[in-house]
Amino acid sequence: MILRHPVLYIILAFAAIMVWLPLHGNNVSLREDLILVAIAVILASNLNLMIGYTGYVNFGHIVFYGLGGYIGLYLAAEKGWNLVLAALLAGVGVSLFALVLGLGILRLRGAYFALATIGILVAVQSFVANFDPWGRSTGLYVSFDAYEKLGGARHALWVTYFLVIAVMALSMILSLGIKMSKFGLGLFAIREDEGAAVVLGVNTTVYKAIIYSVSAFLPAVAGALMFYKNGMIDPSIAFEFMLSLEGIVMLMLGGKGTVIGAALGGGLYEKLRSYLLTSPKLSNFHLVIAGGLLLVVVLFAPGGLIGWLYKAVPRSRKVLE
Amino acid sequence: MMPLLEVSGITKRFGGLLAVSDVGFTVGEREILGLIGPNGAGKTTLFNLVNGVIKPDKGTVKFCGQDITSHPPNEVVHLGLARTHQIVKPLHGMSVLENVIVGACFGRDYLHLRPARKVAMEVLERVNLADHSDKAASSLTIAGKKRLEVARALAANPKLLLLDEVLAGLNPTEIEYMIGIVRGIRDSGISVFMIEHVMQAIMSLSDRLVVLSFGQKLAEGTPLEVARDPQVIEAYLGDPDIATKLKEKN
Ligand SMILES: Nc1ncnc2c1ncn2[C@@H]1O[C@H](COP(=O)(O)OP(=O)(O)O)[C@@H](O)[C@H]1O
Ligand SMILES: [Mg+2]
Repeated sequence: MILRHPVLYIILAFAAIMVWLPLHGNNVSLREDLILVAIAVILASNLNLMIGYTGYVNFGHIVFYGLGGYIGLYLAAEKGWNLVLAALLAGVGVSLFALVLGLGILRLRGAYFALATIGILVAVQSFVANFDPWGRSTGLYVSFDAYEKLGGARHALWVTYFLVIAVMALSMILSLGIKMSKFGLGLFAIREDEGAAVVLGVNTTVYKAIIYSVSAFLPAVAGALMFYKNGMIDPSIAFEFMLSLEGIVMLMLGGKGTVIGAALGGGLYEKLRSYLLTSPKLSNFHLVIAGGLLLVVVLFAPGGLIGWLYKAVPRSRKVLE
Repeated sequence: MMPLLEVSGITKRFGGLLAVSDVGFTVGEREILGLIGPNGAGKTTLFNLVNGVIKPDKGTVKFCGQDITSHPPNEVVHLGLARTHQIVKPLHGMSVLENVIVGACFGRDYLHLRPARKVAMEVLERVNLADHSDKAASSLTIAGKKRLEVARALAANPKLLLLDEVLAGLNPTEIEYMIGIVRGIRDSGISVFMIEHVMQAIMSLSDRLVVLSFGQKLAEGTPLEVARDPQVIEAYLGDPDIATKLKEKN
């Protein structure tokens, strides 16, 4: 039972701390830092469902986040929808899109699948850049008075922060729930040997399409919230290939296949990145460092930080998923 | 009585190679049917055709009276037809127990995790792997991995089990042990269709044998009948006159 799992309480405690830290002392700049950490955790956790659980490397995961941002911002800012409703609909819409797409491209294996995911990212980006209702390459903006519904801009920023933290906690709980379920077991079987999995009775086609679709939902919701908070979206910031790659770095760093590892990698990497970006000497080098980090992890610690911890303290394997 | 498995006219071509050609046979309830033939004869391909890993060019497969030709493997195992792999396919990163739980979860009974775990433990006892249940599947010896293949397939609670060279690579003690397992499986009411190169074992285990050579069915019958068939002896020993020579000797 998930309710008796220690990791559930670690997740809840983590979310509570994330809420308390900026709220205590009304620290707005800390809040802006932490929302990026939360987004990183959301992206890494959901990417983990594909890479870590199912063994399919998705290089275009960010497409869900960007599309969610567009749908959410369009509904909330242009059509005047309630933000939560707009974000949920963005999640549902993007998930359905992923389901249909997944049934097609998940026939491909290994490098071919990975290449296809890059193709999707590029295709969606150019489609959106030419899509009139979404403002083509200039994108969409949130007019200032749209925030009035959330009690003004200042208040709206806090509301979106709490919502993003909730999505972060949900992402981790979803990862934990799937890991403990029969569905998760089927995914792991696919990851280990897809040919064996189907002979053992796993409906690999359906399982892969479902997890691809599920892994799209919360990033899309988060994208809707985040871009609404930022007040604007355009095709180059919504579908940033680099962010997609960095998601993979986060996951590898923390330890793919584990709930805690994905979150840890996401959080740590984001802290490192913002440090590098704000440091005048290193700001141009953050991608170099990301690449180097990925190389080191893949070569020397393929299990990431959590894998290393499992080895150092074997008992941790039983507690930390 | 209706046979459990009924294969007729099954044919598969790989490019220019006729891997399986117009093969037909049946497996009855509580029967052990052996499948022998030289390397490359098409035995594993025949298994792949039966459980849907590959689709035949021609022919049909019926299981329990139902046409399952070209049904995907996951559907075939739900109906109660499980198999092992000649080249073992353990789910490396998972424990031995988890491997078998997968078999129980997605097999004929489509169990939930908890009952699946119970079934998996029982099956591991049956193949004497219970002491290794927490180990990583990749850490097992080849004999252990073969038993894991059998355990996973058994956990599906099949009516018919296809075993692809489960004795290959085992030492005499391990072979003896595995033969006992196979007998036990049949005694528990499961039919077995098995490919084997270890002649002594297959001769003593099988109720009937099918011989395959260059994709074609060469002979079929009791082990004794098959062993006396001149065509079979020729296929195995490569000497067209060997049969007559043997006859002369007797
Ligand atoms: N997927 C495949 N594609 C092409 N050729 C294959 C394939 N599978 C098997 N073969 C060929 O079919 C023939 C029969 O192989 P196989 O069924 O494995 O023989 P056996 O199990 O009797 O040793 C061999 O020549 C093999 O190379
Ligand atoms: Mg073979």
